Amino acid sequence: MYNPTVARLTYRALLGRRRALILFALPALLIAISLAVRLLTGVDDKVAAELLGGFALATMVPLIGVIAGTGAIGPEIDDGSIVYLLAKPVKRPTIIMTKLIVAIAITMAFSAIPTLVAGFILNGNGQSIAIAYMIAALVASVAYSALFLLLGTVSRHAVVFGLVYALIWESLFGSLVDGAKTLSVQQWSLTLAEKVAGEGYVDSAVGMPTAVVLLALVTVGATAYAGQRLRRLTLAGEE
Amino acid sequence: MAPETSTQIHNIGYRSYEGARLGRAYARKSLYSQSLRGAYGLGRSAKSKVLPMILFAVMCVPALIIVAVAIAVPGSTELPIKYTTYALTTQVIIGLYLASQAPQTVSRDLRFKTVPLYFSRPIERVDYVVAKYAAMASALFVLTATPLLIMYIGSLLAKFDFGDQTKGFGQGIVSVLLLSLLFAGLGLVMAALTPRRGFGVAAVIAMLLIPYGAVSTVQAVAYGTGKAGAIEWLGLFSPITLIDGVQTAFLGATTAFPGGEGVSAGVGVVYLLVVLALIAGSYAALMARYRKAGL
Repeated sequence: MYNPTVARLTYRALLGRRRALILFALPALLIAISLAVRLLTGVDDKVAAELLGGFALATMVPLIGVIAGTGAIGPEIDDGSIVYLLAKPVKRPTIIMTKLIVAIAITMAFSAIPTLVAGFILNGNGQSIAIAYMIAALVASVAYSALFLLLGTVSRHAVVFGLVYALIWESLFGSLVDGAKTLSVQQWSLTLAEKVAGEGYVDSAVGMPTAVVLLALVTVGATAYAGQRLRRLTLAGEE
Repeated sequence: MAPETSTQIHNIGYRSYEGARLGRAYARKSLYSQSLRGAYGLGRSAKSKVLPMILFAVMCVPALIIVAVAIAVPGSTELPIKYTTYALTTQVIIGLYLASQAPQTVSRDLRFKTVPLYFSRPIERVDYVVAKYAAMASALFVLTATPLLIMYIGSLLAKFDFGDQTKGFGQGIVSVLLLSLLFAGLGLVMAALTPRRGFGVAAVIAMLLIPYGAVSTVQAVAYGTGKAGAIEWLGLFSPITLIDGVQTAFLGATTAFPGGEGVSAGVGVVYLLVVLALIAGSYAALMARYRKAGL
C-alpha cells in the first residue's frame, strides 16, 4: 500500500520551489506572534490556550491541511499529468494511500511541530497546554489530509471547497450553531487535547467516543472513496 | 524542355485587408470586458458559472434580509447596520471570491502560454496589466457594491431620511471602491506568481486571511493586557484592517477593532498612505511580473 516513487513525486510536488513558501509562512507567523505575545504579556496560560486554539488549531492546521491534502493530487489532475501515473502498473488505492501518507506527514510536520514550539514560547508548556494542542494538531492532520485529498479527486475547485469547509463551516457555523460542532474535525481533535491539558483550558463540544469513532470513520471512508474515485477518473478538459 | 505555356500562375483572388483597424484601445477594451465577464463565468461553461454566482448570491442575501427586517419593524428610522460595516462582515465571502477568480483571470494565460499571443497583438504590457487589474477591481466592486445598492434602495422605499442614507451610501461606495482596488491588486500579484490554479487560490486566501487572523489575535491580546495604544498601529498589517482603519478615520464607519476605539484621523492618514502605496506597489509588481512572461 506504499510506493516510494509515488511518495517522492508527491513530496517534490508539494515542497518544490515556491510552493513550500506558503507552507513555511504560516508556522513562521505563528512563532513570530507567539514571541510578540510573550514579550507583550509575559507568561499567561489563558492567553496561550486562546492563541493556540484560535490561531494555530482553528486557522493554521486546516489551511496547511487544505494546501497539503489537495496539493498532493489536485494539480496533477488539473493539468492532466495524472494519466502518466495511472498508466503505470500501480494500484489506484495504493496511489491514494501513498499520497495520503505524504500529505499527513507534511501537514503534521508543518502544523504540530510549530504548535509545540509556539506553546513552549508562550508559557513553557504550563498546564501541558503545548502538548495538548500538539496532539490535537497531530490528530487533526490525519483527518484533514484524508478529507481534502478526497476533495482533490472529486472537484476542480477542491481548494475553494476545502476553505469553505474550514473557514465557514467550522469557524462561522461552529460558533453559531451548536450542532455543527459535532461535525467538525477541529472539535474532534480538541477532545483529545481536553484530556491532556489542565482543567478548564481546552474545551470541546464532542464526547470522546463520538470523536474517536467519527475521526476513524471520516479518515477511512474518505480514503477508500478517494481510491474508488481514482479508479474511474474522467479527465475533464479546461473549462 | 516543356513549352512555355505549360506553367502559369493563377490569380485566385488573395486580397489584403481593407477594413478598419480597431487598434490598441479596442484590444484593451475587449480584454477588459472579456476578463470582467470571465470573472463571473459569463461566456464560459456552466460549471465555471456556479461558484462566482453562488458567492454573489450569498453576498446579496444578507442585504435583502436587512432591508426586509428594517421595513417590517415598525418605527425604525434607519438600517440596522451601516453601509461601511457590510464589507467587513462579509470579508470571508469577498476573500473566497477573489481567491477563486483572481487565478482564473491570470493563471490560465500563463499556464497555456497565451500571454505571448496577446502581445503579438497591438497591445503593450501596460495595456494587459491595466485591463486585467481594472477587470478584477470592477468584478470585486460589483460584488461589494450591489448589496449596498440593495440596502440603499430598500431604505429609500422604507422612507428613511434621504440625506442620511445618501451620505452613508456614498461613504460605503468610496470604501468598497478602495477595498476592490486593494484586494484586486494583492490578489492578482499572488495569482500571477504561479501558473497552477490550485496554489494560486491557496496563496490568495492565505494572503488575505492569515494576516487578518494574526492581527486580530494580537490586537485582542493587546486590548486584554491594557496596551490599547498598540491596537491602531497593529491594524496596518492586514488588508481588511487597513480598510477598517481608513473608513473609521475618514468615512464615519464603526470599527471592528477590539475596544471600539478605532483609528484617529492622524493615524488614518498613515493608513490611507499605506493603502495607496499597496495599490501602486501591486501595479508595479504586476508590471515587473509581465516583463518576461512572454519569453
